[in-house]
Amino acid sequence: MSTTLSAPALLEQANHAAAADVPAVLRAARAEGAEQFAALGLPTTKNEDWHYTSVSSLAAIPFAPMTGDDSDLSPDALAEHRLDASWPTLVFVNGVYQPSLSDTSALPAGIRVLPLGDAVSALGDTVSRLLGSTAPASRDGFTALNASFLGEGAVVHVAKEMVIDTPVHLLYVTTDAGANGMHHPRVLMLAERHAKATVVESWVGLTEQPYFTNAVAEVVVEDGATLTHLKVQREGRGAFHVATIEATQGRDSHYVSFCFTTGGALSRSTISTLLNGAGCGTTLNGLTMLDGAQHGDVQTRIEHAQPQCFSREIYKSILDEHSHGVFNGKVYVHPIAQQTDGKQTNNTLLLSKTAQVDAKPQLEIFADDVKCTHGATVGQIDQTALFYMKSRGVDADTARQLLTYAFAADVLETIENETVRDALELVTLHRFTSLATVTG
Amino acid sequence: MSATIDQLVNREYQYGFSTDIESETLPPGLSEDTVRFISAKKQEPEWLLEWRLKAFRRWLTMTEPHWPNVTYEPIDYQSVSYYSEPKSTKPIGSLDEIDPKLLEMYSKLGISLNEQKRLSGVAVDAVFDSVSVGTTFREELAKEGIIFCSFGEAVREHPDLVKQYLGSVVPYSDNYFAALNSAVFSDGSFCYIPKGVRCPLELSTYFRINQSNTGQFERTLIVADEGSYVSYLEGCTAPKRDTNQLHAAVVEIIALDNATVKYSTVQNWYAGDENGLGGIYNFVTKRGKAMTNAKISWTQVETGSAITWKYPSVILQGDNSVGEFYSVAVASKMQQADTGTKMIHIGRNTKSNIVSKGISAMKGQNSYRGKVHILPKAEGARNYTQCDSMLVGNECGAHTFPYIEVQNNSAILEHEASTSKIGEDQIFYLKQRGLDAEQAVSMIVSGFCKEVFKELPMEFALEAQQLLGITLEGSVG
Repeated sequence: MSTTLSAPALLEQANHAAAADVPAVLRAARAEGAEQFAALGLPTTKNEDWHYTSVSSLAAIPFAPMTGDDSDLSPDALAEHRLDASWPTLVFVNGVYQPSLSDTSALPAGIRVLPLGDAVSALGDTVSRLLGSTAPASRDGFTALNASFLGEGAVVHVAKEMVIDTPVHLLYVTTDAGANGMHHPRVLMLAERHAKATVVESWVGLTEQPYFTNAVAEVVVEDGATLTHLKVQREGRGAFHVATIEATQGRDSHYVSFCFTTGGALSRSTISTLLNGAGCGTTLNGLTMLDGAQHGDVQTRIEHAQPQCFSREIYKSILDEHSHGVFNGKVYVHPIAQQTDGKQTNNTLLLSKTAQVDAKPQLEIFADDVKCTHGATVGQIDQTALFYMKSRGVDADTARQLLTYAFAADVLETIENETVRDALELVTLHRFTSLATVTG
Repeated sequence: MSATIDQLVNREYQYGFSTDIESETLPPGLSEDTVRFISAKKQEPEWLLEWRLKAFRRWLTMTEPHWPNVTYEPIDYQSVSYYSEPKSTKPIGSLDEIDPKLLEMYSKLGISLNEQKRLSGVAVDAVFDSVSVGTTFREELAKEGIIFCSFGEAVREHPDLVKQYLGSVVPYSDNYFAALNSAVFSDGSFCYIPKGVRCPLELSTYFRINQSNTGQFERTLIVADEGSYVSYLEGCTAPKRDTNQLHAAVVEIIALDNATVKYSTVQNWYAGDENGLGGIYNFVTKRGKAMTNAKISWTQVETGSAITWKYPSVILQGDNSVGEFYSVAVASKMQQADTGTKMIHIGRNTKSNIVSKGISAMKGQNSYRGKVHILPKAEGARNYTQCDSMLVGNECGAHTFPYIEVQNNSAILEHEASTSKIGEDQIFYLKQRGLDAEQAVSMIVSGFCKEVFKELPMEFALEAQQLLGITLEGSVG
């Protein structure tokens, strides 16, 4: 069996997109993307990185590029997902940027947030510097495919020494009108020297129909900067969601990522960061909650390329019914990356007999003066804890709900932004308990 | 500190001598004729020849796997000689008839073929190049009904047992090297422990590759019948040669209900020199199948071989069966080791325990690759995995590739891994207590490996300690 799966329908679409009349910089990138996709195809499970996730069902559906039809979107449905209406927000409906629903007027000085189409001319330097820099089309079939449809997406540029407290929100919504469609947003983020900012990316599906999201984010965190990147994936139950986030970091910088996954029929998030300056660090946390027949795959890669860097990683999954969770976390330490301090934890809670998990926490270490650990556990709710709670008068169901929620809350609490944290805690609480209200 | 470490990583290979003994070696090359020749030479029955040929035909359709984290020059399978036997061994009636040169060699290796070593209480089957040259303590074992003999003899004298169990755990189609072994295996050991018997001796096989340009393909088959117990030791050495030699062995263990098999290996094949010249390619398939309430325990100390690539595994077939894996792997000079285990939980309440200690030094690359698979029916399965790596020097590497696959929610599974170097603070602390730096390093390294060494039988534990070049303080171990 080959390691590549050809997807002629997608390739035809990619070639078509590459031939379209778009600005030169996009055109060149599209041509390269289509060429790479022709060579790479989609991965099969023979590909070591895709061993536990089969995309053959995705390749079987003839997705067409989304058109941005927002006629069936109700403002109320959208409002719920804005998290905080006062945040500068770019809204994408069915794959296309919607100026009328977006508002960036509240942006403070020193930060620029533009849809990719506008940024090509207004932030040309940033676009040409970042585009294809961390996630080249040659990475895999999905980045190649994303490149060949390049056009939608956003650019976030934080100027040096600017500290921005208000998060920037990129909100992607898919409705029934987007059924059987696909979109390939590309986000470019640049935090200049000593800048500090937060970007929230929300993926929302208001439809049960199948559609395909193939997102790529390229992130550059310069010396001394801190960028917090929160990803909330609440796609529809029929959706295919593939996201690639690739960051590169300068000296003493800090890249903080949180990946919240509950949606999609099949989802895959790849988050990788290159610790490319002495003393920098990264925090990659995440929570995956699946049920039904959902398949959720999270891949992380932390590459320690310079000395004295640290990495902290906590990923938790709660799997119910027939769901299938996959976690693959790699920590790679280069020979010169002495005094590396890496810590990775992966915990999975299996709530049903038929849920399954595949975990592959890996360490590849080429330097001797390092401290790297990883731990992985799989299990069900601790019977002793359950017994303890029951002996204190809490009934079995409530005790189970509380313990499940506590398992999740543990990692949710690491989110610094209160609004996002509260919103996600509420989602989690609703999911596992019958309680309708949440406190603090 | 560095003196001890240098001693540890730079030690001369003390088994590097070769024995000048007349032997009959098949010219290099591999074809169906080679397989037929070996089979005829061993006077094998038709069914075994057929089995070998099936394996050979399957092997031709397979491609050499390249997924392990090791690199080496392509192997030319046609330039290897697939059979070599010491000329004077043909029909051995008793040990007295063995070529004195062979006995001398084994005594150099510290292996006792002589009955006078009875006191050591270890029954040995020694395999020299391709042929088993002598098995000790046959009669004593026979009193208990234990069969312990060379594979060739087993085929002649106990064909039913061999036929029933050969390939039942590692089928000939299992993987590239297992298929190759199945086609051309020359000899090996066979062991059968009858129902309810606790084997009174430690059984041992000693493997020695002597001829140059030969490959060694031996096969070990251990059958522990219901309620029996056996502890089995395996040791290996080879002369220093500047070409690479291939060693592709297969070990199959069947532990029937309530049986316990403990298999210990001290692998010290020639590792090649510091430039990576020469050394053994040790590509081995080891697997056991544990039935109800049975237990299979693998303990290995891997210090030799240019490349080690093996995953002693346990199929936990029966309810309440237990699988264990304890490993110390050292990769120094240009050595590469990709080793670990597979625990396949099928039965209910099955348990597995994995402790892996990797030490990398100089330019050595050490990888742990392990898989714990809990199948849907394996209610109440339990696994604990610990893999620790220690790095000495900044040109080596330590890698961990665990695969955790869980399909039953009643399973409890824990995995932890750590990588560290010998801490300055640890050395400081011990020096402060009056130890010198070298003693401190010894103590830290032996402490690091202690969990594995304590699983080894006494003789092996001592050998293993010496192999690591570390002298233990006082009565530890």
